Amino acid sequence: MTVDAPAHGAAPTPAPGPAPAPAPLGGRRHRFGPEARATWLGVFMISPAILFIILLIGVPFAMAFVYAMSDVSIASTGIHFVGLQNFRSVLQSPAFRRALVNSAVFTVASQVLVLVGATILSLALKDAFRGRGFFRFLILLPWVAPISLGSIGWKWILDSIYSVINWGLAALHLVDKFDPPMWLGTPALAMISVILVHTWRMLPFSTVIMLAGLTSIPKEIPEAANVDGAGFFRTLFQITMPMMRPIMNVALLFGVIFTFTDMTVVYVLTRGGPYDTTQVLPSLAFFTGVLGSDLAEGAAISIFLVPILVVVAVLMLRTAARSEVT
Amino acid sequence: MAIVETRHLTKQYRRGGPSAVDDVSLRSAEGEFLVFLGPSGSGKSTLLRMIAGLEQPTGGDILIGEQVVTDLAPRDRRIAMVFQSYALYPHLSVRENIQFPLKAQKVPRADHARKVRWASDLLGIGHLLDRRPRELSGGERQRVALARAIVREPSIFLLDEPLSNLDAKLRASAREELARFHKQTGTTTIYVTHDQIEAMAMGNRVVVLHQGLVRQIGTPREVYDEPADTFVATFLGSPPMSLLAVGDVLAGIRPEQLLPAAMVQGTPLRFRFRVTNVEYLGSERLLYGKLEGSRFGDQTVVSRVAASAAGDFSEGTAHDFAVDERLVKLFDKTSGKRITSRPLAWTA
Repeated sequence: MTVDAPAHGAAPTPAPGPAPAPAPLGGRRHRFGPEARATWLGVFMISPAILFIILLIGVPFAMAFVYAMSDVSIASTGIHFVGLQNFRSVLQSPAFRRALVNSAVFTVASQVLVLVGATILSLALKDAFRGRGFFRFLILLPWVAPISLGSIGWKWILDSIYSVINWGLAALHLVDKFDPPMWLGTPALAMISVILVHTWRMLPFSTVIMLAGLTSIPKEIPEAANVDGAGFFRTLFQITMPMMRPIMNVALLFGVIFTFTDMTVVYVLTRGGPYDTTQVLPSLAFFTGVLGSDLAEGAAISIFLVPILVVVAVLMLRTAARSEVT
Repeated sequence: MAIVETRHLTKQYRRGGPSAVDDVSLRSAEGEFLVFLGPSGSGKSTLLRMIAGLEQPTGGDILIGEQVVTDLAPRDRRIAMVFQSYALYPHLSVRENIQFPLKAQKVPRADHARKVRWASDLLGIGHLLDRRPRELSGGERQRVALARAIVREPSIFLLDEPLSNLDAKLRASAREELARFHKQTGTTTIYVTHDQIEAMAMGNRVVVLHQGLVRQIGTPREVYDEPADTFVATFLGSPPMSLLAVGDVLAGIRPEQLLPAAMVQGTPLRFRFRVTNVEYLGSERLLYGKLEGSRFGDQTVVSRVAASAAGDFSEGTAHDFAVDERLVKLFDKTSGKRITSRPLAWTA
């Protein structure tokens, strides 16, 4: 039996000349290599968040633009493009102008009050004292309680007949028992009430943020100011507050967003009344679009929130990028 | 300029708890550079902070310039303090930092520029005035802190470990600079440190603190050469004094005093020294070993020998060593307090 040439002998000898360069490592991406797996895992893990944003924020946002340029209402079956007509009519409506001004007043006033209040509270709660934990818990309560429940509580406190405030004031002979102030029934008082209740609700949030900022200041710095001859107010205004500015900006920007887009307090306490004097943009959009079934105009109103919120968001991102711990 | 005095000063952080500062009575001299030296937790910083008014004492009194200031706020004590972290105001420029005490003390605005220039020139930071603290190096920050402290010409300077954030090389030059600076201004200075080299190099007098108690007050030479107790004896000096139990006393021998017998003068006490470990430190050698044939053969003693000294002191070798008997310090075994020297039975 003849043994054939060994198998390897049968292999064609490689052609002389420069050997082909070996394929560089990783030169070709393997579709199912570890790198690709990591990429796919990343995509998979982030997708719920992306879906959430697209479905619950992106789609309604886009629809608002579509609706705002259409004649759609709750009962309509078709949709017709009407251009900028809704915006034009909204701009001419006194109710809208009133709401725009109210929104500005509501936001600015409540945020000023919140900033001042949160600064005082955070200073008071910074140093250890007996019962500090309990006080911190109490101060956090308005934030953790559901906003609608809190507002309903306030509605009763400010009620025209059963107002506990009026009862107290009357007992102190500060107001006439038979003609007490109508907290939610007179334009100026209603606005003040709405602002104060919203301040009450936002205060804990800002306080907690400011407390964090305050505790991040090394205690030697106010001490140095003290030794250098500065009293309480000089230390506060020239040292502590400037050092807290980045974190105050964060508190303020969040506060502006929460306030400018919020309608709960207004909705529960006054429904925008009396005579639209407490109507703000979000509540007006809701009353027009949902309760008034004019979806197109409601959408147009709400779109006026966008430019302001974009500015705030840009400022917020900038602050976040800039705020460094010294 | 003023004299700082404490009378029975005590601080307890918890009522009935241990005292961070325990009945401290001391008095500085006019224009003195007084150093509080002690390990961490010795109460030296608490003592300084009470003098500054940043900490309220539990008992006792503080006097600055013969005036009781115990209940005065820091800003009413006419003091300046440099903190360990320098505590510069990060949002203010160097100029504004130095100016801050002037504004706070309501110094007439017209004088600000001149005073800021004076202070910054004294510290050599005139070119940094427009920078922010975070743009400065550690040494520069320290100078700014000093400039901020001197600008309003305080009666007392308090310095809380101002060199501990500097690297070793910078520390040596800063030490020398601080001493020169003190000579120039002549302000009474209290300096807190845990570093014995700083204390010895800069202090007119050193207050050695341990567990809230003053262990000894004296010139650097006194606290080193005549330690009041075993704590002071072992805390000062590196490596520390070797303490040997001889009968009812402890005999303390400084490493630089235990030397090859030929180098010892006076009345030498001779030992057979067996080397167990050698550390070569360039200019000198540290020899760790045992004294053979004596009654404390098990205790390790240290000898510091110049690197140039003749002899092969490698591990395991034995040599004739000696110490001048007059230099040996004796301490009571139970209390640790220094006792007068007397002849001892060294060999069993």
